[in-house]
Amino acid sequence: MSRRVVVAMSGGVDSSVAAALLHTQGNEVIGVGLRFPDAAKTEGQVACCGIAGMEDARQVSAQLGIPFYVLDYREVFEREVIEPFCRAYARGETPNPCILCNKRLKFGRLLGAALALGAEFVATGHYARLGADSDTDHPWLLKGSDREHDQSYFLYALTPYQRAHALFPVGDLTKSQVRATAARLGLPVADKPGSQDICFVGPGGYRSLVAAREPAAWRTGPIIDSAGRVLGQHRGIAGFTPGQRKGLGVTAREPLYVIALDPSHNAIIAGPEEETLTQTLLLQDVQWLDGVLPSRPVCLTVKARYRGPEVLAEVHSQGTYARVYYATPQPRVAPGQAVVFYQADRVLGGGTVQTPTQVLS
Amino acid sequence: MRRVYLDHSATTPVRAEVLSAMLPYFADHAGNASSLHMAGQRAKKALEEARNAVARALGADPKEIYFTSGGTESDNQAVIGVARAQSLRGRHLITSTIEHHAVLNTCRWLESQGFQVSYVPVDQHGLLDLDALKDNIRGDTVLISCMLANNEVGTIEPLAEIARLAHARGLLVHTDAVQAVGKMPVRVDDLGVDLLSLAAHKFCGPKGIGALYVRRGTPIEPLLYGGHQEWALRPGTQNIPGIVGMATALRLATDELSIEPPRLGALRDQLQQGILSRIPDVQVNGHSTSRLPSILNVSFGGVEGESLLMALDIKGIAVSTGSACTAGATDPSHVLRAMGLERARADGSLRFSLGHTTTEEDMDYTLQTLVEVVGRLRSMSPVPAACFEESTKR
Repeated sequence: MSRRVVVAMSGGVDSSVAAALLHTQGNEVIGVGLRFPDAAKTEGQVACCGIAGMEDARQVSAQLGIPFYVLDYREVFEREVIEPFCRAYARGETPNPCILCNKRLKFGRLLGAALALGAEFVATGHYARLGADSDTDHPWLLKGSDREHDQSYFLYALTPYQRAHALFPVGDLTKSQVRATAARLGLPVADKPGSQDICFVGPGGYRSLVAAREPAAWRTGPIIDSAGRVLGQHRGIAGFTPGQRKGLGVTAREPLYVIALDPSHNAIIAGPEEETLTQTLLLQDVQWLDGVLPSRPVCLTVKARYRGPEVLAEVHSQGTYARVYYATPQPRVAPGQAVVFYQADRVLGGGTVQTPTQVLS
Repeated sequence: MRRVYLDHSATTPVRAEVLSAMLPYFADHAGNASSLHMAGQRAKKALEEARNAVARALGADPKEIYFTSGGTESDNQAVIGVARAQSLRGRHLITSTIEHHAVLNTCRWLESQGFQVSYVPVDQHGLLDLDALKDNIRGDTVLISCMLANNEVGTIEPLAEIARLAHARGLLVHTDAVQAVGKMPVRVDDLGVDLLSLAAHKFCGPKGIGALYVRRGTPIEPLLYGGHQEWALRPGTQNIPGIVGMATALRLATDELSIEPPRLGALRDQLQQGILSRIPDVQVNGHSTSRLPSILNVSFGGVEGESLLMALDIKGIAVSTGSACTAGATDPSHVLRAMGLERARADGSLRFSLGHTTTEEDMDYTLQTLVEVVGRLRSMSPVPAACFEESTKR
């Protein structure tokens, strides 16, 4: 069955193989590179999606014999991803820009462009799968077959419409199978190292980016303990996240950890290791992928960071909010972090950890 | 699928006559024009015949024609070569804000080397502001470089006036005529220029070959050092097949000057009229009369040029937005911005450039496709609203 598919190509091995697979399956494939701001402009080098990545994607497309275009998303990426990212840090949150980029750009603006071209789908090189569901029109989101590289965490926020127009051709493969496929097809990117970290952050790390954009997040402030006693001074809350031990610069009898950030007082709350653990989390903007709010507490597993462990929890749905009760205490999670719900391979939903200012009850 | 190539300002296909003129010089007559034997003499003969042909087409003396690798090299050679040769007299140059990057970035580099450059603005049609040009001439100005016809909008600049103005003050004038040659009469004495760049691939010649006209007596230093070829201004073994191809293509284009430009102008006007009458909210960029017959630049309101380009390409129609850039990404057109177009208008612009292969049917198909594609793109929002409809029913 020949379908017209737009593939978001970064020049990396995953999206290159995604394009190759769709092409060999007989689809009419259109490669599109999204030009994002060059981190090089602000500092240092860019991880992917830079001009060098576009050249690789162009070469792969030429080799496959598919058309390739570059869309200039520099401004929209700045507006939709980088600015919210920096503002969130300034609020004491730890945002996840990849989730935003997938929702707003790859399966938002690019999907719009694909539909305008008469294509039905946007495909990416994500390690995730879509499962058919006879009950609804919209496919389920499932983990990628390669557990180690599963990227369903970054995709939980896609709406049913977005999932229905998404394809993840490498989701059934392991990373090594993807590399082997690239090598078998002679793609020049077969051995290209994977991209690390956040694509728009240079070697100075997110700290220098946020420092440049949100100087207010870099004001000196107090480090206090949970009883309110001042233990020392910090050089800006944007440099800290709960659970962090390094960089506090406070000497105490036992090692001190960041427990929480209090942006309204520009304060860091620090304490001993046992205080870094929590039994519960309050989430906002919660989505349930089957479209139905659970009326009873649901027993499932949650993942609070992309590389974090999947742990057992009970989730109590409260409208657009949800409370997570861990089976065993877990490290605290920064506000703004995405928490994704799983049942085995299936993504059930997710939300973001509530910002402290909104904790009223 | 029907294929319509409307990007002749980017490059042109080599004409069959040109290709057959070139072919013997790849293998059968592969001599080096600097060699003393008969094979070398044969190459030398072809070289000088080609030089004569190029000179004749431009109304120049053969000794004033230097073969280069193309437009970019010719522009670099002219601007840097004259700036260096005159640096004791003065270190100030004048150019326009709408030059090709081959001139603009060369000027920027000269600025980093201690030269000063003034960038003269253009009006909303892309015509150089002659008063601003006069105001920018200083005691230490040595060169004015202004393109003959703009590559994005086709506006033809008043080179003869610029040259008169410059020569009255003892300044040299270079023109980048890369887009103009073959589309309009280009005679160095009518223009009054001292240096002129041209590139073969813009008029159905091969890529990788160009020429620089340097009026006799013009002070100029080479960019490259080596042998004595091209009077040591451009050392290196001459590209005889390319040079023969360029001369053949230029001869054909010059012979057809009374037929081909008017034919292209009529086709271009047909497309322009069709767009203006059938697609609302469009704007033609460039001068209405002082414009190359082969170029049509149009801004489509409410549409992004990139999306339009992709949609047309999928229908087999090749056009361009802004200036082409390495990875296929385009920066907002500096030309349209210099002409005062707001960002959205500039981003929604397309350049259609016609050439030897363009037919009336091409224009019909392009117009019909444009009407359909622009209508579809305008009816769709950039992000489908359904992307924000959440799954959970509350």
